[in-house]
Amino acid sequence: MVAKAGLDGHDRGAKIIARALRDAGFEVIYTGLHQTPEMVATAAVQEDVDGVGLSILSGAHMTLFPEVIRLLRENGAGDVVVFGGGIIPPEDAQKLKELGVKEVFTPGASTQEIASWVRENIKPRE
Amino acid sequence: MATSKQQWLNGPYRSAGERAWRFSTVSDLEIEPLYTPEDARFDYDETLGNPGEYPFTRGVYPSMYRGRLWTMRQFAGYGLAEDTNARFRFLLSQGQTGLSTAFDMPTLMGYDADHERAIGEVGREGVSVTSIHDMERLYDRIRLDQITTSMTVNCSASVILAMYLVVAQRQGASWENVSGTIQNDMLKEFIAQKEWICPPEPSVRIVTDMIDFCCRRVPRFHPVSISGYHIREAGATAVQELAFTLADGVCYVEHALKRGLKVDDFAPRLSFFFNLHNDFLEEIAKLRAARRIWARLMKERFGAKKARSMTLRTHAQTAGVALTAQQPLNNIARVAIQALAGVLGGVQSLHTNAMDETLALPTETAAMVALRTQQIIAEETGVANTIDPLGGSYAIEALTERMERDAMAYINRIDEMGGMIRAIELGYPQQEIADAAFRYQRQVEERVKTVVGVNKYVIPEEIPLPTLKIDPAVEEKQVQRVRRMKRERDQQAVKDALKQVAEACRSGANLMEPLCEAVKREVTVGEICDVYRAEFGVYKDPAWI
Repeated sequence: MVAKAGLDGHDRGAKIIARALRDAGFEVIYTGLHQTPEMVATAAVQEDVDGVGLSILSGAHMTLFPEVIRLLRENGAGDVVVFGGGIIPPEDAQKLKELGVKEVFTPGASTQEIASWVRENIKPRE
Repeated sequence: MATSKQQWLNGPYRSAGERAWRFSTVSDLEIEPLYTPEDARFDYDETLGNPGEYPFTRGVYPSMYRGRLWTMRQFAGYGLAEDTNARFRFLLSQGQTGLSTAFDMPTLMGYDADHERAIGEVGREGVSVTSIHDMERLYDRIRLDQITTSMTVNCSASVILAMYLVVAQRQGASWENVSGTIQNDMLKEFIAQKEWICPPEPSVRIVTDMIDFCCRRVPRFHPVSISGYHIREAGATAVQELAFTLADGVCYVEHALKRGLKVDDFAPRLSFFFNLHNDFLEEIAKLRAARRIWARLMKERFGAKKARSMTLRTHAQTAGVALTAQQPLNNIARVAIQALAGVLGGVQSLHTNAMDETLALPTETAAMVALRTQQIIAEETGVANTIDPLGGSYAIEALTERMERDAMAYINRIDEMGGMIRAIELGYPQQEIADAAFRYQRQVEERVKTVVGVNKYVIPEEIPLPTLKIDPAVEEKQVQRVRRMKRERDQQAVKDALKQVAEACRSGANLMEPLCEAVKREVTVGEICDVYRAEFGVYKDPAWI
């Protein structure tokens, strides 16, 4: 699942990644814009996804990423891999990884890189 | 004797050899090795005109930068109103000549700082404005009838404008003297920036209310900034940026005319906002083509008589999307070249990005370097000493003509679809943009297009740059302020004001007067936007990939 959380409307990257992952053979659900963390977690559980890629370019990443992780755990989906990207300075990316975000892709990352990473790091859940 | 171009291409040029198999602009327009008089056959008076003369290709004013430099208008905003006020006054003290306000996501999306949806977002991407008090603090010690301010806000623009006008009044300014700009371009929101509340038709109704109101009561103000910047940032090519922006303009003109306004009464205060991307020649040609296309549309299609109804006056911003997170100091060079294209393209107002904006909002140092970049162009390079210096260049005139032709093809197609609102409902511009964005990304990954520091000249370890941190306490402070204000104000007056707004929504009466009354009574951005949600419905992202 590629998700846009919060009020941020910048979806160029999220759409490209969703499309590229689909072209690479993954089943991709794109949530569209303006999803609350609750909506992301609920959809992720409902759709039984293996991973959630969160895109945040509004500066609200230190609130929204942890909240999505918390809600996934609360709903028994703590093993869903959470990754993402956006406008996230390196220090924050580091902190997010410590909080459970598996990888943070920032501007300049290639779709090839991301698709390979997904293949390596997101396995079908039991 | 010089050979003809074809002879030269087949002869000396072919023998010399090329370093790549294809040469194209950043938006993939093929570029020829050479342009000669054969490529740029035009009638000077009909196709160019002198500066300030129809079709304004060479510039909208007779004296351009010889008379007055472009406005140096740096976009700024973060945290609380007083934080942004301080940054405004810093930038003004450093020689900036106009203000431009960045609001936070809750404000932009029509939510109060204390709304659930605002959690984590207050003051992060811009300044938090929930009530008139924030607006007063924002422009504290800044006279709204003495300095022009631009406000980048769209679906909640009507409320922000009402607050701005009331603050101006309270400062002692008369609305006749208040100038400035509010972005208020909803069509490009559905196409690109994606900040919306209600669907296209009611959104454009609100825009038209504001055009109508300003035309009559705030005649020096620009009620809309018809924007291509965001369309380009979303992935459009330069031609698409040009075409969709002007097609949006056509749509607003048509709505204003349908409202009963006369074209020469409102058209002079329509303003524009373009992107300044990396491809130097393409951007200059784009701006010149924009002026010519708009002038022709206004005169021939809409029967405008006044020259000022035909002049495309534009703000421009260097492309955020062209900056890199890798080796961010390189962005200073990029911005300088992009800004130079804007100046050679004849813009009226310019924002230059800071080098660190791929990481966070700009630090004070980075913001200052961005401003200095404009000042260096203005004072040290000499390009502002003569008007439209590249006019007459075979390459520039050929490119200008090419872009005009290609853009008109898009505009005609949109007309055939039934206009821009219909095209948006069909997803046409959105899909064109998504496809162009995907194509460009592939080109970068295949190294067909180079991005220095990203797919070429990469360094193994980046040097960390200090970035601006927004104090999380800002959100708590603003939330408390808003809650206290909501508790202490006259609840009945608020209720009545909101009823008036709802009635105007239903009756079709102009919204601006009920809004001005409402904001005086401390009604908030979110409360008014909730009325819009109830009355007009909420637009949902079609979420096409």
